[in-house]
Amino acid sequence: MFLNDGDIQAMFLTVKLATVVTVILLFIGTPIAWWLARTRSPWKRPISAVVTLPMVLPPTVLGFYLLVLMGPQGPLGRLTEALGLGLLPFTFTGLVVASIFYSLPFAVQPLQQAFDAIGERPLEVAATLRASPLDTFFSVVLPLARPGFTTAAVMSFAHTVGEFGVVLMIGGNIPGKTRVLSVQIYDHVEALEFAQGHWLAGGLLLFSFCVLLLLYRNNPLGAAERRT
Amino acid sequence: MSIELRFTRSYPGFALEAELVLPGRGVSALFGPSGSGKTTLLRCIAGLEKAGGGRLVVNGEVWQDGDFFLPVHRRALGYVFQEASLFPHLTVAGNLDYGKKRSAGDVPDLRAILDMLGIAHLLQRKPDRLSGGERQRVAIARALLTAPKLLLMDEPLAALDSQRKREILPYLERLHDSLAIPILYVSHAADEVARLADHLVLLEQGRVLASGPLAETLARIDLPTAADEDAAIVIEATVAGHDEAYHLTRLDFPGGIIWVTRRDLEIGRKARLRVLARDVSIALSEDAGSSILNRLSACVRAVVDTDNPAQVMVQLDVGDTAMLARITRRSRDQLGLVPNMRVWAQIKSVSLFL
Repeated sequence: MFLNDGDIQAMFLTVKLATVVTVILLFIGTPIAWWLARTRSPWKRPISAVVTLPMVLPPTVLGFYLLVLMGPQGPLGRLTEALGLGLLPFTFTGLVVASIFYSLPFAVQPLQQAFDAIGERPLEVAATLRASPLDTFFSVVLPLARPGFTTAAVMSFAHTVGEFGVVLMIGGNIPGKTRVLSVQIYDHVEALEFAQGHWLAGGLLLFSFCVLLLLYRNNPLGAAERRT
Repeated sequence: MSIELRFTRSYPGFALEAELVLPGRGVSALFGPSGSGKTTLLRCIAGLEKAGGGRLVVNGEVWQDGDFFLPVHRRALGYVFQEASLFPHLTVAGNLDYGKKRSAGDVPDLRAILDMLGIAHLLQRKPDRLSGGERQRVAIARALLTAPKLLLMDEPLAALDSQRKREILPYLERLHDSLAIPILYVSHAADEVARLADHLVLLEQGRVLASGPLAETLARIDLPTAADEDAAIVIEATVAGHDEAYHLTRLDFPGGIIWVTRRDLEIGRKARLRVLARDVSIALSEDAGSSILNRLSACVRAVVDTDNPAQVMVQLDVGDTAMLARITRRSRDQLGLVPNMRVWAQIKSVSLFL
């Protein structure tokens, strides 16, 4: 076997983390993206910048601030302790919270673009056909934005899988709890186990390639636009 | 039965100020050049633009008054947008069903509407497999299936080429004949208005210049419609008989008779005639030596200048019917035209709308 138990454990943990984060991000990202796509508020730009920040910020910087926030002196840490949840750093939950911040722009941006592309007109049409705003969201916006949701899900998942800096800052390197694939590869290289490193790195490379291929193939929105 | 409205709304560089009472049935055309506020007014009526402090009462139902504003989806209206606005993720049947199942009113007979608009064979298609004219007909059917109490149409033909327009106009005429609800029809095309409207509202720069029955309003010479190159009047006539020998059809109207090329029409049916002002000339006597078929005895009511320094507009009374004639200033002086003079109107051509 080319993969040891640690590798397999890291792989499952990574998939679990990415799945949980993706599901949560779709729920959080949808209202944020909807608000950003529709609002004329002066807050649009600053909020948009904050949401996009993790894209340009070094992961260690983001991880550092999250560590401080979630630590015993941080406001989030005090809150979780007051709620009896304990402290989040060096736990799986902590990783989830950190990954949500880290991958947020990868969920929000495709959704926002999809909502922008729909425009006002279908919403107006739905209103003249007696659909309330909430009804319109589910019967018109969601189906029309489906390619955006696919892209958001795939991007969030893939980006969370590839996370390294934030994980090290927040989660450390606890096998079975916070040791994800990227950290496992780092450990292999540190220990000069290049063969093991190759298997994992090659696997991730193939995974990323397939994700992008899937993304480009499954984009019926783009195809529909070209046709009309 | 009427539609009462009062809206004021200002935007940077444009202000809408409209106060109108429109008939509670038939087609009212909102007519004016682009930028005159027709679409904005229609959107205010639909509630798509929120004109604060406005008032709108549709056949007794208050839709907006002061602080009261009925949201768009609670107004029993149908809206046909300028461009195809079908939901791309639904089939034609899905689109038709969308409004129908959300409507609280007595849903009209689906079959009758499909037949009237000629779309029964398209039900399973997606909108991207339809022509522009078909899409607009589906959009009209979709609006009708919500059992609206008011149908709003925003230049439904503007995005179509002239062939598609010809294809869809007969359907709109059928709509006009068969619907009991009022229709507000926005257009900047004079021929469409002449064909479809019963009532005309003239808008310019966000203000109402005139509002009245179509024939009466088109015949007014104090309005910019009369100064237009394509100024025209309409006459409501009745098919009175056919001359088989000469292959002509006779139409009677209050004021005289007009002959047109033989059309296969039932005697007694109503028909609308459109006469362009530039197709009417004036003679002092009934010139039997003229080849012009339609010569009507008329009385000059008024003569006014037009934008063109070479031409004047003459308003004529032909019996109870008002007509417009665009002639040169020189002809006016040579004939010595003044109000109350008896003359003959020679009509070079008419368009017949059924």
